[in-house]
Amino acid sequence: MEHIYFDNSATTRVDPRVAEAMMPYFDKWYGNASSLHSFGREASEALDEARERTANAIGSKSQEIVFTSGGTESDNLAIQGVAFANRDAGDHIITSAFEHHAVLNTCRFLETQGFRVTYLPVTSVGMVDPELVKEAITKRTILVSIMTANNEIGTVQNVREIGGISHDNGLLFHTDAVQGIGKLPLEVNKDNIDLLALSAHKFHGPKGVGALFVRKGTNLRPLVYGGGQERGLRSSTENIPGIVGLGKAIELSKLELEENVARMTSVRDRIIDGTLVGVTGCRLNGHRVRRLCNNANFRFDYIDGEALVLNLDVKGFATSTGSACSARSTEASHVLKAIGIESEHARGSLRITLSKMNSMAEAEAYLETIKEVVTRLRSISPVAMLSKQEGGA
Amino acid sequence: MPYNRKVMEHFTQPRNVGEMKDADGVGKASNNVDGDLVVIYLKVKDEIIQGVSFQTFGCAAAIASSSMFTEMVKGKSIEAAQRIDKQMVAEALEGMPANKVECSILAPEAFRQAVEDYRQRKESSLRKNGVYLAKE
Ligand SMILES: Cc1ncc(COP(=O)(O)O)c(C=O)c1O
Ligand SMILES: [Zn+2]
Repeated sequence: MEHIYFDNSATTRVDPRVAEAMMPYFDKWYGNASSLHSFGREASEALDEARERTANAIGSKSQEIVFTSGGTESDNLAIQGVAFANRDAGDHIITSAFEHHAVLNTCRFLETQGFRVTYLPVTSVGMVDPELVKEAITKRTILVSIMTANNEIGTVQNVREIGGISHDNGLLFHTDAVQGIGKLPLEVNKDNIDLLALSAHKFHGPKGVGALFVRKGTNLRPLVYGGGQERGLRSSTENIPGIVGLGKAIELSKLELEENVARMTSVRDRIIDGTLVGVTGCRLNGHRVRRLCNNANFRFDYIDGEALVLNLDVKGFATSTGSACSARSTEASHVLKAIGIESEHARGSLRITLSKMNSMAEAEAYLETIKEVVTRLRSISPVAMLSKQEGGA
Repeated sequence: MPYNRKVMEHFTQPRNVGEMKDADGVGKASNNVDGDLVVIYLKVKDEIIQGVSFQTFGCAAAIASSSMFTEMVKGKSIEAAQRIDKQMVAEALEGMPANKVECSILAPEAFRQAVEDYRQRKESSLRKNGVYLAKE
């Protein structure tokens, strides 16, 4: 059976052109970029080129890019880096309640280190109100960190406006843009961004490599100390094949942005509209318009998300859910909670996330299958029957 | 994949699913926190379980274990069936991920409720017919 991959916010398939670009740096030019010989020179040149490609893609200067091990490290370096380097200036951070755990848990850690954090609420469709950012600012605030686009429900924030508010108040603005690269036209200067985190495996690059844009003049304390690579902000021998892959992938994602976005949007719209029309007792989570071109997130009455995902997998569709089952081994999604969905309703959530590699034919195949699967699971569920009885009584 | 083949088989092709209109006893057990719910229907004759069916709202583990549980109690005496617990269900399914064993707890609980319901129905029908139970 053919497998259809609809879980691209978890990770993506490496673009064959990216894999090809990486290969020579495993077995031909495997040198250390710090070495003086020709192997080192090749590596160092590849590093420079990848840095330039990354900078071009987000409109920054090359020297403002720091390569890391991924989105999580980039978020940590940005937030901890600013916090510990600017302690004299203040100790207060503003973020939102539905950030990725890479941001949330970093903020929680900082609270144990004497910092104070405001977790702004989000609206029922998942928007951060810029006015609330303004109101939360105090004399002790040093950093605002709001994600570009949410990984579960796909809402796209008013990054430029929130960045502008931050700058008007003399604050640094960080954004976790891990889900935004390749789907949104981001420009760090226009968008008022001082720190931007990205991760290669979310845009058809390899896993385990990411980058942090750090605006020139921004004071950061490193997380790790050592040989002083990446201008002392991230010591350790550079992951040249990974960085080359990131550079190639981000260049492609920028070059092909328009056509990829148009393609993903049309497939996504077919999935959203087809599901809402074709399946009863189903609603869309998140904003219908201010939404990533690759994200659909539903909740279905009377069924459990894990059962839904497993059943779809048996039928050949890879998806995900924010559901937590009764065993409470996992918490129901904090994102769904933040938009006010109670855990009982978060139970039936289904996330479909596309990439440029998905087609309209796959969407049609999914629409056939989702009806069948939801009907089957509801036929097992007593809740559908009981609520019918209640409705009738 | 956290589930073994046997669990997946009972999840994709659950046995004894559905409402039983002429049940002798019906029991419900729920987990109020997350809304998990299992309903068990029984058909009983001479203290032997002649028929059993279930409906489950829950994760794949909850569905598979409900299915397995109904297979295990079918044809047994009520007394023997009441000794079947979540651990035995998990074993019959050839193992569950550790954090999912709890998901099998509702079927045995709903079963006990169904037995209770069966006993009450029997008692009240005996009363209606003028038969009094010994202990009264
Ligand atoms: C919004 C967001 N931030 C951060 C991360 C973490 O990225 P990585 O897995 O590269 O550490 C992810 C990935 O799941 C994400 O979706
Ligand atoms: Zn469960």
